[in-house]
Amino acid sequence: MTDLQSLNVIRISASDANPPQLRQNVEVAKLIDVTRCIGCKACQSACMEWNDYRPPVGYFNGTYTNPHDLSHDQFTLMRFDEWVNDEGDLEWLIRKDGCMHCTDPGCLKACPAPGAIVQYSNGIVDFIEENCIGCGYCVKGCPFNIPRYSPVDKRAYKCTLCSDRVSYGLEPACIKACPTGALLFGSKADMTDVANGRVEELRGQRGFPNAGLYDPPGVGGTHVMYVLHHADKPEIYSNLPKDPHISWLVQVWKGAYKPLAVAAMGLAIVGSFIHAVIYGPNEVDPHDVEAGRRMVDRRSRGVIPPRPPEPPPVSHVKPEEPVK
Amino acid sequence: MRPPPGTVLRYPPFSRFNHWVTAVCMVLLVMSGLAFFYPWLYWLTVFFGGGQMARATHPWIGVVLFISYAIMVVRFFRHNLPHRDDLRWLRALGHVASGREELVPEVGRYNPGQKFVYWANAFLILILLVTGIIIWDWYFYNWTTIEQKRVAVLIHSIAAFFTILVLILHVYSAIWVRGTMPAMTRGYVPVGWVYRHHRKWLRQEAELAAQGKPSAIAGAPAVRTDPR
Repeated sequence: MTDLQSLNVIRISASDANPPQLRQNVEVAKLIDVTRCIGCKACQSACMEWNDYRPPVGYFNGTYTNPHDLSHDQFTLMRFDEWVNDEGDLEWLIRKDGCMHCTDPGCLKACPAPGAIVQYSNGIVDFIEENCIGCGYCVKGCPFNIPRYSPVDKRAYKCTLCSDRVSYGLEPACIKACPTGALLFGSKADMTDVANGRVEELRGQRGFPNAGLYDPPGVGGTHVMYVLHHADKPEIYSNLPKDPHISWLVQVWKGAYKPLAVAAMGLAIVGSFIHAVIYGPNEVDPHDVEAGRRMVDRRSRGVIPPRPPEPPPVSHVKPEEPVK
Repeated sequence: MRPPPGTVLRYPPFSRFNHWVTAVCMVLLVMSGLAFFYPWLYWLTVFFGGGQMARATHPWIGVVLFISYAIMVVRFFRHNLPHRDDLRWLRALGHVASGREELVPEVGRYNPGQKFVYWANAFLILILLVTGIIIWDWYFYNWTTIEQKRVAVLIHSIAAFFTILVLILHVYSAIWVRGTMPAMTRGYVPVGWVYRHHRKWLRQEAELAAQGKPSAIAGAPAVRTDPR
C-alpha cells in the first residue's frame, strides 16, 4: 500500500478501501504554453537531472525530437512538428509531451495492483513502483499513450509531476528550468486564469483566432494543460488527441462487466448447490450393477474369468439391544 | 495398477496425467487471473510469491495448459465428434438434469454435455492463448497496437469468465454423478457405472471382448490401453 501517512491520497488503484479524505489540498496544474516554447529542452534535461535517469544515447532520425519517444527513463519529451498552415507557411510546433495527470485517470482505473497508482488531492497521479507488478494495464488504460514499461525492472514509469518536490512546496523541475515562461506551475484556478489571459492575447493581438486552452473534459480535465495557437486542431501537435476519453473497451472491462461476471459465476456455484439439494446425487443403483454385469457376461461369454465372490452386504441396521 | 475384474478401463495413466496437468494449470490460472481481475481477490497472488511473480508466471502456466489441453484434444478427438444420437440426448436434457437416466437415450463414450465441455474448452483456450500472447507485454509488446491490446484484454477476460463457468459445470458434474472420480484417479470405473451412464460404450466394449479383441473390459485377455 502506498504511503497514506501524507493523508493526501484521494484515489488508490485496485482498492475498495476508502482513502483518507482528511486533507484536501488545492488542485495544482502545470501550464505548458506551446506558443512561448523555443524547444530548448531545458525541461527535458531538468527532468533527467531531478529524477536521476540517463537514457542511452540514441541515433538521429531526421528531427529535433530526441530521444524519439517517451520511455521508462524519459518522463518528458519535446516533440517537434512541422505543419503547413492555410497560407502555405510552415509552422514549427513544439509540444512538451508527458503525463497529463487526468482528473479521471485511465491508468489508475485499469491498474490491478492495489496502491500501484494513486491520485493525490492536489490532482497529481503517481505511480508507486514498489506496488507495480508490471502487467502493462496502465498502458492500455491511458488515453494519451504515456506510461512506459521498463524492460529493466518490469515496472511502469511516467512523469510524477515532481510529486516529491511539490509536496515540499517546490515547483516541478521542468518549471524551474524553463527560460521563457512557457512552463508555469500553480493552482489549477490560477493557471486557468493565466491561460485565458494568454489566449485572449493570442486571439486579439497575435493573429491566432483559434487559440485556446487544452483542458480536455473527456477525462474530467487535466492537471497539465496546454495553451495552443490552434486549439481547434490539437492533433497537429504530434497527435495530441482532440477529445480524449478512457477507451470504452477499458470502461467495459473495468466497469459493468466485473459485477456481472462475479454474479454469474456465483450463481453457477449456488445453482450447483441448489441442484444437489433438490435432486441429490446421481448414484449407480443395484439394478445398474446387475444389468451391467449381465451385459458384459452375455456378450463375452466364457472370455472373461468369473467374478470374485461378492462381499457380504454391509448392514446399516444395528442389532437390537436385548431387552432387559 | 491393474483394473480389478468387474471394472472397465476408462483412462490409461497418460490420459490421467494429461488431465491433471491441465487441471492444475487451470486452477493456478483461475487463481492468478482472478487476482488480476478482482482487487478483493488480489491476495491470491501470495500463492505465486507476490504480484510480480503472479504476473510473470501466469502466461507460462497458460502455455503449459495450452499444450497439455491440445494433447487431450487430439487424443480424445474421435470420441467427441457430434453424433446423430446427441440430439435425442439433448431433447431429454431435463431428465438428464434430474438424474432420471432411464428416460435418457443410451450414451457412448461421452455424452453431449461432456462433448460440450471438450469443445467449449478447445475454443476458449485457443482464444485465451491468442489474446494472452497479445497482452504478454514482456515478449510481444511491439507486435500489436495499444488499441489491439485493449480489445485483447477485454476478450481475454470474457473468455476466462466462460472458461470458469465451464469449469464449474465440469467439476460439479464429476461430483454429482457419483463414481465418476475413479475414472481420473485410478483409471477404471465399475461396470454398473458404465451401464448407467455410458451403456452404448459398454455394449461396444463387451462385444469386442466377446470377439477376443482388445477391449476396455477388465479381466478380458486383451485390455486396450489407448484413450479410445
